[in-house]
Amino acid sequence: MSARLRSAVPAALILPGFLLVAGLFVWPVAQLVATSFGDRAGALVHYVKIFTEPTYLRVVGRTLLLSAQTAMLCVLLGYPLAYQLNRAGGIGKAVILVCILIPFWTNLLVRTYGWIILLNPQGVINGVLRQLGLIEGAVPLVYNTTGVLIGMTQIMLPYMVLPLAAVMSRLDPAVMRAARSLGASPAQAFLKVYVPLTLPGVLGGFLLVFMLSLGFFVVPAILGGPRDLLLAQLIEFNINQTLNWPFAAALSTVLLAATVTLYWIGDRFFGLGRLWGAR
Amino acid sequence: MTGAAVQISHLSKRYSDFVAVDDVSLDVAPGEFVTLLGLSGSGKTTTLMAVAGFVDLDAGRIAIDGRDIAGLPPEKRDLGVVFQNYALFPHLNVFENVAFPLRMRKWTQPAIEKAIGRVLDIVSLGHLATRRIAELSGGQQQRVALARALVFEPPVLLMDEPLGALDRSLRDQLQTEIKRIQRDLGVTVLYVTHDQEEALALSDRIAVMAEGKICQLATPDEIYENPASAFVAGFVGESNFIDVTMRGQDGPLATVAPTGIPGALFTATTSRAAAPAQAQAVMAIRPEALRLAALQDTPPCNAIPGRVALREFMGATVRLTIDTELGPMIVRDGRVSEAARFKAGDTVRLSWNERDALLFPPR
Repeated sequence: MSARLRSAVPAALILPGFLLVAGLFVWPVAQLVATSFGDRAGALVHYVKIFTEPTYLRVVGRTLLLSAQTAMLCVLLGYPLAYQLNRAGGIGKAVILVCILIPFWTNLLVRTYGWIILLNPQGVINGVLRQLGLIEGAVPLVYNTTGVLIGMTQIMLPYMVLPLAAVMSRLDPAVMRAARSLGASPAQAFLKVYVPLTLPGVLGGFLLVFMLSLGFFVVPAILGGPRDLLLAQLIEFNINQTLNWPFAAALSTVLLAATVTLYWIGDRFFGLGRLWGAR
Repeated sequence: MTGAAVQISHLSKRYSDFVAVDDVSLDVAPGEFVTLLGLSGSGKTTTLMAVAGFVDLDAGRIAIDGRDIAGLPPEKRDLGVVFQNYALFPHLNVFENVAFPLRMRKWTQPAIEKAIGRVLDIVSLGHLATRRIAELSGGQQQRVALARALVFEPPVLLMDEPLGALDRSLRDQLQTEIKRIQRDLGVTVLYVTHDQEEALALSDRIAVMAEGKICQLATPDEIYENPASAFVAGFVGESNFIDVTMRGQDGPLATVAPTGIPGALFTATTSRAAAPAQAQAVMAIRPEALRLAALQDTPPCNAIPGRVALREFMGATVRLTIDTELGPMIVRDGRVSEAARFKAGDTVRLSWNERDALLFPPR
């Protein structure tokens, strides 16, 4: 085989994938960005609208806040889970993995409607609380930001637990022994050695969940209330209801820019690419 | 800093399918350097980690200067531990790694700085205090681990294969340094290694371990010259082993017949530590105790003919493999010795002094 042919074969194998990505992803995204700047009234008119009108600013702010809350909840729930996952032996490990992965593999709509059954005013949780005499009416757990937060946290949890458990498994157990031998109690060894050494995993997982939450649509649409619109819902509204596509494109570009920036921060400072196995 | 006495008595640890440590007792004097030498699975590391507090014992007592510590958690034992692969804290720099035990003991900042300045000088790392761990070479990491384990002036230092990850020349250099530091500080050291040369060079006494038991506890010279069993003779240093049958005994001397050559008789010494009780025995001869001569010379009494199969030049010594009726025999002698003149293919006569042929019960 000639040298030219040898280098041509891998190129030919890459070509279909390259065309797919370029034609169906890069080009449409470029179009989307172009559309957002393409208004006759001025290139930045939609962006000015997003960042000056309080209604839209509130949506952006609410989306950022809810994503941050989801990521924070995932850290609080995910850290002990990942810790246990890493320490548990055969069966314990399998049980934790199944508990995390079965919901992960279940259809998103099924899971989300499942939450309505649990959370609605006549639902299981409110019913139990009433039976116990802890409440009289019903705690509003769904069709508001609480419902969205609960649903999102469940869906995002694996994105926190799995990379975090990977970081924890790479930690040399002798390091913890060393801390103990040097005079640290189990709690001190955990706080002074284990937590700092797994912190990059926490920050990486936080950013990952935060990024994925920014553009989430299904869960807020089903579990959220009509007054708690998020960015993805606002985009959908502008595409399907008001047909203001350039404005929807501008909103999407803001979302895209936020995600890319966060990914860059995560990759540059917390090795997010490594968590994914990219490097 | 002065060393403390360590008393290990009747230590036992069983895991579900095997006995890791089987009734081990060991007394270490203050300031003494004792090495647990054995292959992996011999129980040496389990014993060390039991002293450090990381192994739940099934039975036994561990005391430091008479104080029983078996029930104490590791952080209350106040022992310096150097782990295999060092187990340094990668998120802290050299100074903070070494400061860790002092911060746990709530020392004041000036006291910490003074102690670290001193200990980093001892391990010759004063200029690297602000370095990150990832920026250090293996040898430098080893020194940081040593400094971290010594800075709070523990009376006993436990070391688990501290030189295992380093290359030969660096090992030799650090070996000398560890010995010097231990002498200067007077700290008691319990050291674990599988490297017999390391054990021989460093130790005041060596405990040779196998299958969870101590086979022999003695000074390096004693272990090399009077091994307690054929196993020790083969594990510490090299030995040639010859299966023999006992024919007669006169005090420590015995007449034996080698299994390989019908009609031949040799004289040998029954080992002080373990005289063979039954008729079958094994005779061990160190490679440097074998003499090599041309075949036509007058035959001495303990001799067999052979042929040089392999000649390896080792630098200071020459190592020859001789094919004989008793199987291959290893001979080692100086670079300028008589033996060094023979080449592969030469026919030779192997002989030895009866004092250098030790008899053991068969393995």
